[in-house]
Amino acid sequence: MTTMNNTIKFKIDAKEIVAEKGKTVLEAARDNGVYIPTLCNFPGVPPKGGCRMCTIKINNRFMTSCTTPAAAGMEIESNTSEISNLRKGIVELLFVSGNHFCPSCEKSGNCELQALAYKYQMMVPKYPYSFPQKDIDASSPKLIKDQNRCVLCQRCMKTIKTDKGERYFSFSKRGSELEVIMDPTLCESMTDEVAQLAMDNCPVGSILKKDIGFVEPIGTRKYDKEPIGTDIDG
Amino acid sequence: MKEKILEIIGNYNKDKTRLLDMLHDIQNVIGYVDDESILILNQELKISISEIKEVISFYHFYSNEPMGKVNIYLNNSVTSEMHGRGAVLDAFEKECNVTEGSVSADGLFGLFPTSCIGMNDQEPAAIINGKIFTRLTPYRVHEIVKSLGNGIKIEDLIYEGDGGGRNSLPEIHSMVCNNIRRRGALLTHDYKFFDTTNNLLSEKSPQEVIQIVEDSNIRGRGGAGFPTGIKWKFGRKAEGEHKVIICNADEGEPGTFKDRVILTEFPEMVFEGMVIAAYSVGADIGLLYLRYEYKYLLNYLNGILDKMRDKHLLGNNIDGIEAFNFDIRIQLGAGAYICGEESALIESLEGKRGEPRDKPPFPVEKGYLNYPTIVNNVETLASIPKILTKGADWFVGLGDKASTGTKILSISGDCNYPGIYEVEWGTSIKDVLDMCGAFNIQAVQVGGPSGALIGPKDFGRNLSYTDLPTGGSIIIFGEQRNLLSDVVMNFMEFFIEESCGSCSTCRNMPAVLKKRFTKILDGKGVQSDIDDLINWSELLKVSRCGLGQTAANPITTSINNFRHLYDRLIQPGIEFDTGFCLEDSVKDSCSAVGRQPTLHHM
Repeated sequence: MTTMNNTIKFKIDAKEIVAEKGKTVLEAARDNGVYIPTLCNFPGVPPKGGCRMCTIKINNRFMTSCTTPAAAGMEIESNTSEISNLRKGIVELLFVSGNHFCPSCEKSGNCELQALAYKYQMMVPKYPYSFPQKDIDASSPKLIKDQNRCVLCQRCMKTIKTDKGERYFSFSKRGSELEVIMDPTLCESMTDEVAQLAMDNCPVGSILKKDIGFVEPIGTRKYDKEPIGTDIDG
Repeated sequence: MKEKILEIIGNYNKDKTRLLDMLHDIQNVIGYVDDESILILNQELKISISEIKEVISFYHFYSNEPMGKVNIYLNNSVTSEMHGRGAVLDAFEKECNVTEGSVSADGLFGLFPTSCIGMNDQEPAAIINGKIFTRLTPYRVHEIVKSLGNGIKIEDLIYEGDGGGRNSLPEIHSMVCNNIRRRGALLTHDYKFFDTTNNLLSEKSPQEVIQIVEDSNIRGRGGAGFPTGIKWKFGRKAEGEHKVIICNADEGEPGTFKDRVILTEFPEMVFEGMVIAAYSVGADIGLLYLRYEYKYLLNYLNGILDKMRDKHLLGNNIDGIEAFNFDIRIQLGAGAYICGEESALIESLEGKRGEPRDKPPFPVEKGYLNYPTIVNNVETLASIPKILTKGADWFVGLGDKASTGTKILSISGDCNYPGIYEVEWGTSIKDVLDMCGAFNIQAVQVGGPSGALIGPKDFGRNLSYTDLPTGGSIIIFGEQRNLLSDVVMNFMEFFIEESCGSCSTCRNMPAVLKKRFTKILDGKGVQSDIDDLINWSELLKVSRCGLGQTAANPITTSINNFRHLYDRLIQPGIEFDTGFCLEDSVKDSCSAVGRQPTLHHM
């Protein structure tokens, strides 16, 4: 394939992609108007293929597009029925493994998980609901951390830090008991700006700012107007 | 106490990559990692409190809560269950007045389940205050607890003396038995330790050494089977300020215990393998990651390293080769199966949660502290010195074409002689069963829970990278066993317990599968439930690491090979059953209000 100057070419579902060297498959796809769904990815911080939503197939192997560097000549499968089914499965699995009450959620319409469920036309998840017992931590003066809705994407962990680089949010435990918890000291003294950013960066309704809610009516929010990904593949 | 904690942190130069060591030391002093120590760590290391707790809560053997004075970790592997774990657990609960998973009210005893501790050939086994106790019986439990109550020290309770071999050395003093039943090329004592380093290395260039390893066609013994010579060649080519050789001694696959025996009887060959690897790729940092369960070998192994330093086999200008500087540090793990995955192991070595990394980049490009890193298995490294002295041809003459050399098997379960068997690759399962005295066998688990459960129709198949690959775990199940409720269920619980949780698939799917599987076991299953198990398992294939990708194997391989056991449990002629039981669902409420309602069924 061509390696002209600083650009490479490869294919996603037979569409030719021209990308700068050093970009990931996901970044290159977005630059070329190809939407690959994501949940845990956040621009500007190192990717950690955690949600597996951006799974693609290269040489018959599943890879995450957020972590795979684009290389010249790659032939990538993304929007195939096999991969769409897997992505839908991931969304369904997240729904049954938490407690997601969309109709009453502050993030309804701005929630990426909900938007992805619409995109993949989830009706009733094919897996049985687990109805786990989860806590709500309201100890911070600024935030509510609702574990029922958390999808463990790590976006808050990676993006919300002090000037010294200490994290406000961390993992606790592992496996099916895994949780994202607030640092008791740091979240005690958190500013409004940081709290707002934490809420905005959360793809679901797990991190909610206290005192104010439903300013923007449900029905008029981001994904109420157009499906997720429309800004990329129009 | 604050001075003591500061001293511990100072011992590691406030280096946060040594957090695991600090936590071990704090726990040794206080009994657990208390909030005050966490606060001191937070101030000294400049990482937030929750970031420290994140590490503590990841590893099974750390605790942020007070523990007992005596802590008993009772292995819950399937072999332990098969050899009477239930009765031993009952005895511990009764004698210590404690329920599993908690600390007794008087604070004396903590009793916890733990995943396979590498003693499958001498179960039921437990770790009691860091010491291994094997072949436990209720009677023995009674004796141990009584003796502890009388103030007798744990060290003095080793039953029936030491386990033999080097287990009897004062540095180890353990009742663990090697049970070496069959020796082959690797386990035969026909090699003078350090002969290669002393007499051969200075005559050969690194490239020549790598060529011999490549010609031997040895592949990784941990299970993945990557050709070692090629890995070293990549390591040689990679550029970095430092390069790292890691020995993966975190064998956690249930049923595997061969690394324990190699590290007990042949650690010199393992360390020499690391020295040779370092020479080949140009590495200066050596690390051996020892699983916490084998902590009883730590002092002994450090002693061997000291002797090597005395003999100039480690340190600067090793063997008089100018600028060949290399030393080895042993890092003790803290209880997490996933750390056997090489990139998770590297994360753990850096003092973090052991979550696998995304690849690329591979460790050989960016590994420990982003330096080019080679991770090799204990058995692979132990094979290297003999390959160099005896030659690649000697090694290729063993085994079969695609799988050269020998494989050390850890055999346990329903057989007369469980233990360590070194066989040439290409040996059939039937021969393995004959070797260890196994009769009337229903099934064999090859390669541990992440491998396959196979039945008699496959016993003619061979152990090899191209037929039945294995990291060495062979668990045998006789006709009397209930494969689904006892074996498959145990393995699924293992995967649920040991998932790191960072992938959405591996964190959630095993529990969903277990639920559907339980429905079938409970007699509520219908035909489509079996199809669901097969179809839903597909989602795990998009997981990041081997644990997630194989977490459904107990279910899928048992459906493939023992379909009749599932079919037998399915309700005939019924197409749909929610599995919902009204009586069960209202049982708690009924007992709370103390009356029995009249239930109207749909």
